[in-house]
This record gives sequence, C-alpha cells and structure tokens, in this order.
Amino acid sequence: MAAFGATLVRAGRRFLSSLPALFGVLVFTFLLMRVLPGDPAVFFASGPNSGKEEIEAIRKQMGLDKPVPEQLMFYLYDVGSGNLGRSMMTGQLVTKDLRERLPASLELTLTALLIALVSAVPLGVFAALRQGSLIDHGVRFFCALGVCVPTFVSGLLLIYVFYYLLGLAPDPTGRVDIFASLPPRRTGFLLIDFLLVGDFDGWWAAFRQLILPALSMALFVVAPLARITRASMLVSLGSDFVRTARSVGLPWWKVVVTYALRNAILPVITIAGIVFSTMLGANVLVEKVFSWPGVASYALDALLSSDYAPVQGFVLLMATVFVIVNLLVDILYGIADPRVTIG
Amino acid sequence: MTSATLRHAGWILRGNPLTGVAATGVFLLVLIAIFGPWIVPYDPIVSNVSQALMPPSAAHVAGTDQLGRDVFSRLIVAARLDLAIAVSAVGISFAIGAVIGAICGYTGGRLDRGVGRFVDVVMAFPLFVLAMAMVAALGNRVENIIVATAIINLPFYIRFARAEVNVRRNVGWVEAARACGDSHISVILRFLLPNVLPAMAVQISLNLGWAILNAAGLSFIGLGVKPPTPEWGIMVAEGARFISTGKWWLVAFPGLALMLTVLCFNLLGDGVRDILDPRMRT
Repeated sequence: MAAFGATLVRAGRRFLSSLPALFGVLVFTFLLMRVLPGDPAVFFASGPNSGKEEIEAIRKQMGLDKPVPEQLMFYLYDVGSGNLGRSMMTGQLVTKDLRERLPASLELTLTALLIALVSAVPLGVFAALRQGSLIDHGVRFFCALGVCVPTFVSGLLLIYVFYYLLGLAPDPTGRVDIFASLPPRRTGFLLIDFLLVGDFDGWWAAFRQLILPALSMALFVVAPLARITRASMLVSLGSDFVRTARSVGLPWWKVVVTYALRNAILPVITIAGIVFSTMLGANVLVEKVFSWPGVASYALDALLSSDYAPVQGFVLLMATVFVIVNLLVDILYGIADPRVTIG
Repeated sequence: MTSATLRHAGWILRGNPLTGVAATGVFLLVLIAIFGPWIVPYDPIVSNVSQALMPPSAAHVAGTDQLGRDVFSRLIVAARLDLAIAVSAVGISFAIGAVIGAICGYTGGRLDRGVGRFVDVVMAFPLFVLAMAMVAALGNRVENIIVATAIINLPFYIRFARAEVNVRRNVGWVEAARACGDSHISVILRFLLPNVLPAMAVQISLNLGWAILNAAGLSFIGLGVKPPTPEWGIMVAEGARFISTGKWWLVAFPGLALMLTVLCFNLLGDGVRDILDPRMRT
C-alpha cells in the first residue's frame, strides 16, 4: 500500500511537471494558427463578392482586428474557462464538437492498441523462447516489414481484400450503417452502448465496421511492441532467477509467465506509451481512409478550410490525452515494479 | 577505413547478406531518382482517357489510373521527389540537431537540462499532428513539408548527439585538445562531432525511412504535393477513391514502392550499425 501511495505521489509530480509543456503546446498552436495563410474572415463571408463592411464585421466578431498578444490573452482566458471557441464550419462550440467525436477516435485507438498488445506480446514471447527457430525468424521478418507499410496503404488493401474480394466487411464508411439506428448515447463508445441496451445485432454491426480500421492501425504498431517484448524476454530468460526457477522444477508456464514475463514487461509498457502517441497521429490517416467520424478527421477538415478554433482544440486535446496516457504509464510502472518508486 | 574494419564489414555481410541487398536497393533507388524521367516508357503527366483504369498488362505493367496515365511511369518519376523530400528534411535536421546536441552535451548544466526537457516533451507528442499543423500554417507547399519533417525529426538528433558527446566530453583526447589551447567551439567541431558521425550515420539511415513515410502521409491527406505531380503518397490518395470498386493496382504499387524504399533504408541502417558497433546487435 505504501508503494502504491508513493506511485501516486510520483505520478502527481510528473503531472505537475507536464503542465508547462501543455501550456507551451497551447501558445505554440495559437501562434501557428495565427500565421496561417488566407483570411478566415473572407472565407466565412457570405460569398467571394461580399462587401468590405461584412468582412470587417466578421473580423471584429472573430476578434481578428486586435493585436496578436491581446488575442492570445483572450484565447488563454477562454481556454481557462473551458471555452475553446466556435467552429465556423459546423457553427457549434468546439468543445461540443470534440466531445461528440472523441469517443469514436478513442474507441478506434484503444481497440487497435488492444489488438496490437494481444498479438505482439505472445509473438515476442514465443520468438524469445525459441530463439533462432523458424518462429523467431518469422516474427523478426514480420516486424521488419510491419514498420515499412504506411497505415493508409494497409488500410486500403484491407478494404480491397475484405470488402471487395471476400465481401466479409461492410461498406468502409463511418461507424455504423447510415440506415442503422444508434443506441442511446451513454458513453459514446458504440460497442459499450449497444451492450448496455442489449442490442447484439447492433453490436455486431458496429464491431464489423470497427475491425478493419483498428486492424490497419494495429498492424503498424505490432512490430515495435513485438520487437521490444522479444528483446526484453531474452534478457530476462537468460537471467539467474529464471535458471533457478527452472532448476527447482517449477512448471514451464509459471517460469515464463510469472518470473520471466513479469520482469520483462517494463520496457513493453514504456514502448506501449510511445506507440499510443504515434497512434494518435496515425488516427488522422486511418480516419480519412475509413471516413471515421472522429476528432482527427474533424481537425483535418477544419485545417483544410482554415478554421482556427477546431485545430487548436484538437491539438490541445491530443496533448491532454497524451499527458493522461503518460500518467497511466507511470502508475502501471509502479504496479509492475515497485522498485521504480523507491529508486 | 582500415583493413580491419573492412574485414569486419565483410564478415558482417557474409553473416547478414540482407545488408548487401539493402545497399544495392538503395543504390538502384538513387539511380532511378536521377535517371527516372529519361527511362520511363510513358509521359507521367499527359492523360489518355481512352486507356483509363486499365489493369496491369504487358503494355502497362502497373496498370493505368483514372486519367489513363501509366502508373509504372509515374512511380519511377515520383522516386526523385520522394527521395528529395526525405533527404533534404533529414539533412536539415541532422545539421542543426547535431550542433545543438553537441553543444548541450559538451557544456552540460542548465542549458542542457532545459533543452533535454523540451526535447522529451516534443518527442512524446504525436509528431504527425504537429507536422500537419505546421504545413497548414506555413503554407501548403512542398518546401514546407520538408521544413515540417525536419522539425519533427530534430529532437531525435539533438538527443542522440547530446548523449554521444556527453560520454566523450572528458576523455583523454578532448582534454589534450583543450590543454593545447583549442577553444571550446574548435573542440566540438574538430574532435567531438567527427567522432560521433559514424553513430549518427546509422540514425540517418533509419530516419530516412521514417521521413519518407511521414511525407507520404502528409501528401496523402492533401498537404504539400499537388496533383498532377507524381508522388507516392498522393498516388495512393487518388487511388483510394477506386479501391472499393476493386482497382487495387492504383494503391498497391505506390504502397509497394513506399514499403520497399523504407525497408531498404531500415535494413541498411541496421547493417551499418552492426558494422560500426557489433555490441548493439539484436
């Protein structure tokens, strides 16, 4: 219990020290968006021939007529009070838009991470157990290839094989069929919401839509995870305590899972944290390929139509998610290896 | 290179013939990038609508796209642009990153800690998102893809150069150089940087693959390269519209080009690392 408390204290300290970074991201994105080419006031005026007064009015409404430092102060004040501005594209508050779309992105990313972990850890363990065997070479070959295929290409090829050739997957657009009825929104995660109302047909339909984008995202990150599992299992399998555990006649699964894997898991957790952050970036590509209604495709649309507020909100949201993930990694670290907190 | 190093390199190549294959692949790629426009069978830009969306055949080995342009010719011509983006981006971040990292590693202290913190934060952030925002902010042009890719690569080089210089800052030959009256700048530029260059070469090779994937991703989402310019990422993006009607060659061949290129750079990087530092073999 004391160790757990220490873990929390350490995680809390890490959280505080990441706040300046969050602030930095905020200012950075603000400045970045300020130098965007094109005048959003002109863009959002009623038409290309709209009068000067109308453009001026929109500019005033958006606060674009004030000096940049003053705009920054207003922006920081707004963010502090939970107001990320209004999207000119959808006409809604950015916080509302993001809240509606975040579950779709998280559901996709978390499913992909789950698929990646569930396949990568056993692959890495088996490769390490049979070092130099056919399995080992197979895993290493797969890892070398896996990091070379861009997510958007593997996603499209999965669509070709499973939708066009085999007809197993549904039309690769969006989270559900356009004609399907949505479950009442509780968590926003469709798989959970369908379960809560006991609609198993709906669950299956949503699952079928989810599996291809999740797979294409997972394919890209299986490689680093399997590689680190293999390397760190090799170290731990070669250690004295595993030799001792074997020599006292413990069953092999106990030696592998309880002793070797438990000690090898720390680097895997670290890489999982890094991989998660790459996946947040890869979301942009996968959501575009599968027309997934998540935050990344929302931000991309906003970006291409020089709509400042959603992009700033998106980058800030990504920074927040990433700080939370780092916290989780820290806590998992403490649980997996209590020595970390004492050191 | 001494004869011992050469012998060692030969031994590695025998043990790991893939490195040789990868080196040949990179060499071929460079040849294609240089001579591509002169060896292609068709014009990569001119459209020929009567031949649109033809599957691979003897006349068009990789098929034709929606405007009847030969996919194979476009792939070949695109190599130059894709390589140029990656090489210049990695070159810029290497040059700047090595110097910043070396200065930090050499001086240590508050500057080092500050830069180290900053680098840690930037590295953990979803870098593709940053690159996306930067390209949009700086302007939707190819040069800005290079700048954005260079900036998101920078932290890796700073960290790497810092670590490598830091372990060498107090070794004998550095002290000797200082005792001979060399200035700090001169110690860094003339002794420390050349010493860490081989290790950085590995980093460069591994990074080139990553830079190519990043640039292709950016042009896939519609940033940077504009049609009709042939580029692998944008070719995939154009082909994506036809994938659910079974026109696989529009996506598969540019994807294959990307994959093989990245694979060659990665394998070459691994191989060079084995030659330079046998201890780091995995």
